[in-house]
Amino acid sequence: MSVVAIPSAPAARLSREEWIMRLGVLLLVAWLMLTIAFPLWALLSKSFQNADGRFIGLANYVRYFSTPTLYGSIANSIGVAIVVTMIVIPLAFGYAYALTRSRMPLRSLFYAGAMLPLFAPSLLSAISLIYLFGNQGLLRGLLFGGSIYGPVGIVVAQVFYCFPHALIIAVTALALADARLYEVADALGTTNARIFRTVTLPGAKFGLINAAFVVFTLVVTDFGIAKVIGGQFNVLATDAYKQVVGQQNFEMGAVVGMVLLVPAVLAFAIDRVVQRRQVALLSARAVPFEPKESRLRDAALLCFCLVVVGLLIMVLGTAIWASFITYWPYNLSLTFKNYDFGTFDQSGWSSYANSVMMAALAAIIGTTIVFTGAYLVEKTKVFAGGRMIAHLLAMLPMAVPGLVLGLGYVFFVNASWNPLNILYGTLLVLVINCVAHFFTVAHITALTALKQIDPEFESVSASLKVPFWRTFRRVTVPICMPAILDIAVYLFVNALTTVSAVIFLYGPGTKLAAIAIVHMDEAGATSGAAAMASVIVATALAAKLLHILLDRVLFMRWQAWRRR
Amino acid sequence: MTAKTAPFLRVRNLTKRFGQFVALRDISLDVATGDFVCFLGPSGCGKTTLLRAIAGLDPQDQGLIEIAGRDVSHLPPAARDFGIVFQSYALFPNLTVAANVGYGLVNQRAGRAKIEARVAELLALVGMPEQGTKYPVQLSGGQQQRVALARALATSPGLLLLDEPLSALDARVRLRLRDEIKMLQRRLGVTTIMVTHDQEEALAMADCIVVMNQGVIEQVGSPQDIYRNPATAFVADFVGTMTFLDAEIAGPAALRVGAIELACPDAARFLKGSAVRIGLRPEEIRVRNIDGGTPNQIATRVTTLDFLGSFCRAHLKPEAAPNVAILADFSLNLMRDLAVAEGQPLTVALPPESLRVFSKPS
Repeated sequence: MSVVAIPSAPAARLSREEWIMRLGVLLLVAWLMLTIAFPLWALLSKSFQNADGRFIGLANYVRYFSTPTLYGSIANSIGVAIVVTMIVIPLAFGYAYALTRSRMPLRSLFYAGAMLPLFAPSLLSAISLIYLFGNQGLLRGLLFGGSIYGPVGIVVAQVFYCFPHALIIAVTALALADARLYEVADALGTTNARIFRTVTLPGAKFGLINAAFVVFTLVVTDFGIAKVIGGQFNVLATDAYKQVVGQQNFEMGAVVGMVLLVPAVLAFAIDRVVQRRQVALLSARAVPFEPKESRLRDAALLCFCLVVVGLLIMVLGTAIWASFITYWPYNLSLTFKNYDFGTFDQSGWSSYANSVMMAALAAIIGTTIVFTGAYLVEKTKVFAGGRMIAHLLAMLPMAVPGLVLGLGYVFFVNASWNPLNILYGTLLVLVINCVAHFFTVAHITALTALKQIDPEFESVSASLKVPFWRTFRRVTVPICMPAILDIAVYLFVNALTTVSAVIFLYGPGTKLAAIAIVHMDEAGATSGAAAMASVIVATALAAKLLHILLDRVLFMRWQAWRRR
Repeated sequence: MTAKTAPFLRVRNLTKRFGQFVALRDISLDVATGDFVCFLGPSGCGKTTLLRAIAGLDPQDQGLIEIAGRDVSHLPPAARDFGIVFQSYALFPNLTVAANVGYGLVNQRAGRAKIEARVAELLALVGMPEQGTKYPVQLSGGQQQRVALARALATSPGLLLLDEPLSALDARVRLRLRDEIKMLQRRLGVTTIMVTHDQEEALAMADCIVVMNQGVIEQVGSPQDIYRNPATAFVADFVGTMTFLDAEIAGPAALRVGAIELACPDAARFLKGSAVRIGLRPEEIRVRNIDGGTPNQIATRVTTLDFLGSFCRAHLKPEAAPNVAILADFSLNLMRDLAVAEGQPLTVALPPESLRVFSKPS
């Protein structure tokens, strides 16, 4: 053997390697504490204080539950959420069934079409409904004197907004079918209806339950739609905003935030329990299901999908079309004047620049922290306790509505004792808040990608005396590049479109486009709001297209090793 | 085991727990320099845990590990000087074969030309010259495992660890690679430990087999030793096939199975009257050249015959003890000569020295 192994003092260098891992885990825990746990703690403690910051026990809660206009919102929020869930889940299931269990043409295009609402702020659908059914609505006659402002408007807008979220889960649930179960059922002479009842539905059951909770939580915690189209109908999300922004009653705002946390945490907990039971259902040896030929079924499902996707496009399209209209509905000639945002809102186009800047920073900073953090959690063996805490903290934001986290930030960052209060009103605090708010999904994506990598890579590189960070850079990151891009785009699009996470946190120079929409709508400049929403949609879609393109290039060029 | 002075690897009183479960219980073991050692046992016996403890990948709770006279018990893996090959190959998929093999060399700050020469040398060594520019996904399983082997050997480690390296391969490739690994190990003289659950693999490759069960070492010995003189019923059962029968010690060199009396020198180790188990390898049963003086003759009837390719496995029922079944392997030759068939009577002899006596688990 010509090359001699070098026995030079490896012990010292190694303790350094381990030391760096430990430092990484500590930094991660500290970051998550600072950006997730402490703000929530600040919110919790605020709800037990009076305006002077003195502890007053449950007094705020007592006042909340003895004020009908306040606690009435609980029933309103839950009622609306239940109705929306009951509409969205069957729709999403039918649509997902068409995508996964039929030979209907253009399935991937139908999937992409259904994803469109993800690229718009939630309140875009509300704006569209106002253009269609509002006081000056084109189709107002269809309401027979009823009003779109209130629960009806909220429900319709929420259905539009929640549909893709439910669809993603339903498609995943239905895609995981074992063809052999169907073959066995068929061989036993089972009728189609019975197969559907005994094989299809049970297989998708957990996915549907999961989707129902996701939709329920989305509706309860969403702020934008209720703000724009809720009218006099109070819900929890708008209450929090009114208490804090309208009445400067921070303590009551904190109480509403805590109340808002309950359904979300409950849904999250139930979902965890359900998910844990799901694992046993899937076997690694399942044979993928291939739908059989059936013209009638495919035609029926195609019609259904066309109607659904048509409605989605109509809602999205109405806002975009309306943003080019001179004077709705009296002068339908096209114009660009609605895009001269300065005439509606003093921040003009600068709020859009802020948004793009903020979203880009959130994507870059967030992806770095999330992926490195997930690597430390999944692939290192130091500080078992610390890594578990980090993982739990990373899972927490899923259960925390953006509005609640935002409120927590107000109390935490704004506190006079906190040296971080120099951040208040800066773009950075918006970035940090967004990263924290969308941490969970990004974290799970990174973990999933990392779990697919051979667990022995770290062992091999240790045996070859290669420090872990070199393997991280040379092997782990390149292999996970598609997942890393996914995370970055997810963070970018969500940071761009979110309203609730940032509504309390912007400063004079850092107003975001999504907030400008709320303000223009409040001021009655709906056309400006529609125009700004359209700009956001265009930007988010452009980011997604860039992602797809980049993915292709990556696959062709840098991921040659994936091809046989 | 070949006798050498100081052992290359010394393990003393190693214990490892996973919660309540004791994976390794007070293990002590010596491995001589240049030996090929197999850890053999059923899944969950602790063999992989022991290998990973030696590597430092899953450190033990208690105990001492010395490699080449150096106490490495508490050193991290990179300070222990070993190369390792996993069942999953664990090749970096985004790096070429050459980059994989040279992965550990780059860190030694050797010159580029030197690394390239060494990589070429290693690829030639494992029989894959000129394949350095391919990616792992373009290779077959056997080829990937060769690359993994080359990568593990690249830094010339003193100890080579193989964690079920052949289990993911199909039967034919496994046989070929088995011989190649053995030849390579002999040529390089690198002390090697291989974990396997395949007794045939262990018998064919190892200089020394360590049979493990439930976190303890059952027996250490050469393949012949393990096969011929299994120390416990577990070893006898796990390595090769054996018929086990309940028996009673009838005298200093005799025992009784039901109504049958058998001569057995091994019985001398036990007290008269004690209940024991005896074991008998199927291939030891004799049918030819039985005359009046042949000891331990018994009349049996062939109940079933399993055709296993090169030989047949017969289930024999002694006439004197109908609820006992004895397995016997017969060559096809013998089957033809003696016209052995199902339902036929057959007189066989159980050679006294081939009967192994084990204490009965209480």
